Amino acid sequence: MVNWSQHLPVLQVIIPMLCAPLVALLQPRSFAWFAATATSLFAFVIAIMITTGVFAGQDYSYNMGSWPAPYGIELGVDAFSAILLLIVTGASALALLAGRSSLDTDIETDRQPFFYAAWLLALAGMSGILVSADAFNIFVFMEISALASYVLVASGGDRRALPAVFKYLIMGTIGATFYLIGIGLIYLMTGTLNLADMELRIHEVADQKPILVAAGFITIGLALKAAVFPLHMWLPNTYTYAPTIVTVFLAACSTKVSLYLLLRFDFFVFQPNLVNHDIQFSYYLMPLAVLAILIASAVALFEQNLKRMLAYSSVAQIGYIMLGASLVSLTGLTAGIVHMFNHALAKGTLFLAVACLATRIPEFRLSDVSGAARDMPWTMGAFVVGGLSLIGIPGTAGFISKWYLISAALGEGIIGIALVAVIVVSSLMALAYIWRVIEIAYFRTPKNSAVTLREAPPVLLAATWTAALANIYFGLVPSLPVSLSSSAAETLMRHVP
Amino acid sequence: MNASNAILIAIALPCIGAPCIALVGRISANLREAVTLVTAIALIWIVWGMLPELLAGGRPSSLLAEVVPGIEIAFRVEPLGMLFAMLASGLWLINSIYSIGYMRGNREPDQTRFYFFFAIAIASTIGVAFSANLFTLFLFYELLTLSTYPLVAHKRNAKTMRSARVYLGILLTTSIGLLLPAIIWTYRVAGSGDFTPGGVLQGKLEGPAIGLLLGLFIFGIGKAAIMPVHRWLPAVMVAPTPVSALLHAVAVVKAGVFTITKIIIYIFGIDFLAAEPSGAWLLYIAAFTIIAASVVALRQQNLKRLLAYSTIAQLSYVVMATAILKPLAVMGAATHMVSHAFGKITLFFAVGAIYTASKKTEIHELRGIGRRMPWTMAAFTIGAFSMIGVPPTGGFVSKWYIFAGAIEADNYVAIATIILSTVLNAAYFLPILFLVWFAHDESPTAKEHGEAPFAAVLALTITAGLTLALFFFNGPVLELAAQLVRSSP
Amino acid sequence: MLMELLRLYHYWVFAMLLMIGFYAVVAKPNLIKKLIGLSLFQAAVFLLYITMGKVDGGTAPIFQPGLVNQVFSNPLPQVLILTAIVVGISTMALGLGIVVRIKEEYGSTEEDVIQEINRRW
Repeated sequence: MVNWSQHLPVLQVIIPMLCAPLVALLQPRSFAWFAATATSLFAFVIAIMITTGVFAGQDYSYNMGSWPAPYGIELGVDAFSAILLLIVTGASALALLAGRSSLDTDIETDRQPFFYAAWLLALAGMSGILVSADAFNIFVFMEISALASYVLVASGGDRRALPAVFKYLIMGTIGATFYLIGIGLIYLMTGTLNLADMELRIHEVADQKPILVAAGFITIGLALKAAVFPLHMWLPNTYTYAPTIVTVFLAACSTKVSLYLLLRFDFFVFQPNLVNHDIQFSYYLMPLAVLAILIASAVALFEQNLKRMLAYSSVAQIGYIMLGASLVSLTGLTAGIVHMFNHALAKGTLFLAVACLATRIPEFRLSDVSGAARDMPWTMGAFVVGGLSLIGIPGTAGFISKWYLISAALGEGIIGIALVAVIVVSSLMALAYIWRVIEIAYFRTPKNSAVTLREAPPVLLAATWTAALANIYFGLVPSLPVSLSSSAAETLMRHVP
Repeated sequence: MNASNAILIAIALPCIGAPCIALVGRISANLREAVTLVTAIALIWIVWGMLPELLAGGRPSSLLAEVVPGIEIAFRVEPLGMLFAMLASGLWLINSIYSIGYMRGNREPDQTRFYFFFAIAIASTIGVAFSANLFTLFLFYELLTLSTYPLVAHKRNAKTMRSARVYLGILLTTSIGLLLPAIIWTYRVAGSGDFTPGGVLQGKLEGPAIGLLLGLFIFGIGKAAIMPVHRWLPAVMVAPTPVSALLHAVAVVKAGVFTITKIIIYIFGIDFLAAEPSGAWLLYIAAFTIIAASVVALRQQNLKRLLAYSTIAQLSYVVMATAILKPLAVMGAATHMVSHAFGKITLFFAVGAIYTASKKTEIHELRGIGRRMPWTMAAFTIGAFSMIGVPPTGGFVSKWYIFAGAIEADNYVAIATIILSTVLNAAYFLPILFLVWFAHDESPTAKEHGEAPFAAVLALTITAGLTLALFFFNGPVLELAAQLVRSSP
Repeated sequence: MLMELLRLYHYWVFAMLLMIGFYAVVAKPNLIKKLIGLSLFQAAVFLLYITMGKVDGGTAPIFQPGLVNQVFSNPLPQVLILTAIVVGISTMALGLGIVVRIKEEYGSTEEDVIQEINRRW
């Protein structure tokens, strides 16, 4: 009997990748949408199966074409990749399921099959990064997902998306090329591209300088792709002018996949080998994380465009993840990884609610949503739930990450108290910018009060509320993300000497 | 029905009632209010049904979910929580009766939303009362803040929006900024946040850190309105009167002092805190709040604002009584929660009744109003006497115990504060009573009016009766309070 | 010392090309020129990979009967870079495509002009 489950990692990538060209050929658009959604849902099912396998302790290392590990390309899945696979495939499935009507307003009908094809390629690329254990292979997947994402962002009708996506392309390519330089240098010194093999062989390299340079290139390159402050310049406009459903997808996962890679590379390859690397890692990243949290939250506070406000909030939230990771402790990493999951939930819900608004309101200046709660109570209700989760009110997913983050910071002595203050202050800033929207939507009279807006389409609304309820569910029963994250954090910390 | 199921049912009941209210609210207003009343009665039945078991020494508990290892959503009924839950469930029924009169009398819009969030707020209050650990308490504490926000902002105009912003801003800032770190700190230090008789911090923390943690807790619990985090209470006076009653008597501020009392008794432990000098500042800050709030109340012209400052002072009574750290004083604190609730809800009902009948809100407008509204003003008088602490009202009983505790502890600051504040209370309530009963209404343009709607008068008569009853039939309350002291060695 | 530095000339070429490309990306306001810079930037990395595969005295790694003790160059970097070149070309094609769309929508390929138009819009 063939043991299917061991093939799951490769199926995770191959299925969306093979379906992409087929989807591009499908006409009319509803077939293409159906095929893409079905594929995406299938990928989600595979991710769930992988996660149950990880819980059962199954070993998922897989040699492509049966070439043994350091020579052939190896795939591998552990708890860390499993939780991100869940985020990526879940966000993709939900966004596609929800997005049909929203995309109809954003993208011309005859071009939609190509759009869905690009979506599946992006999905395949991100999944590829998550399952691959080969540094160069990861680069290729990174570029596949990046190129597909550029197409997705540029596919909307808004012309302001074009300069934004051009910037995204330039910055993304520079980031990926930096990564390429880094792995080139490591290959030069060790002669291997397999991550596990690298960890062992760097040890034998006498001259550590090129490795240090490689660490610099890789960290900066991936930080650029992950929009770590101050390398976040591409992010706000990209999120603002992309079709809203695309923003849902990207905001939920694209930066997190890069963060995943950053952490994996650093903890698997550099932490065990470079002297005092944990201290360097903390010293460089912690100030950046703190600045990201404070400055980006402050910018969000004064932002007048709803989508851009949420985008800056994303930059701040990336800071939270980095802050957790930069503590280089078990609780800290758990907090960071759990926050990847919870932020994907919260921001996904918020952007889905914005997508609901987008079906009725053309622009996203804050004044445009005046009184929206009168006509679209369900949409704004979901926005409130997502917002509460972002702030970190107990009973929502966001609270769980705050709890772990503060808990981790308190373990750090004096500096920890300052970090707690930072977390608290930025939570309050989040409260302020979210509540600003809520007050405008609930208390102001609509601009054009004679016109009654209709509530968003039911499918979109259902998906939005699914995400909103997931925020509450994972706030009360967070055992799934927490156990995955803590086991991921344990794996990462095992590599720190 | 066993008691641990009863806990969950008590919390679930208003949560189920709320959507029912929302659903039938579209069909008929009468049906909607019937649902509210039925839910309230059922809740009383469930909550009060647990009393015999508790008096017999039982401590029913229930584990709802383990969020992550070591952190649980769990409930445990103990005397103080029982007292609070009985108070909240009982007053919900009376308040609902009053709301029917008030909301209809003033033709308020969006009444369905009002009843909906009111039910959610009550569910959160019961959750606060029964919570078995800090995590659960915090969960419901925040839920209470959020569910009362739409009630405070009920009128949805620019002024209420600003006041509601102050309300939410202060409560969430303090709870996220101070209370949450304090809770996480406690979990880290003690390994658990369970409410344990005798406290969990014994031997885990020492020196100034205790004072600091206490400070984070006290100022983190913004609902208790200790100065300087009291600003939200006067601000929310824009809300409809039943909401003010909810905030001042039934749920919100009571949840605040309840939380403080519970944390001092079950997290710090009375003896532990008494042996530690760095926690002593609590008594002084509470005493200061009592005096300062009373002085400010003296100068108020708006009746509701006066009551708001009076509430701030009375809340600090509870905190101060707890901070005396003597069994008699703690009994007084528990009793004062009840007596103040009855007295203050009566006062608010009366103010709302005056507003409904005559649209009057300022003190100087009340000249001679006692003749037009005798029932209402009689109840107001009883409420005011309870605030001052004159027998035969509930306020006298609780003040008696607090005073006894202060003498037991030889705490001259507390004794002086109680005497001075009683004088001040009398100084701002007695002139109003004189104005109401003995002055003549000289303004020629006075609108003719009689009593407020029947439902409102009924409700305030009941609460005034309860205020008196607490003086004569206070057995169960004192028994629960005594158990509270006994259970903390 | 000097000879040591000169012997590593291919690294100098790599570094210079990289910096020239990077400078163009950052400093040139014209979008096409930015893309040219990006292309140079990537080409520099290709050179890094290709030069690293060269082994002194090595030949192309083609097995033939009768070859004994033959030194081969490492073929793997070249294979890798073939893939990277494909990626680079795709990026360039997409970038140029976007520039074409920008030209259609804004009538310009100058960054400052586009920013000005967006601000007024």
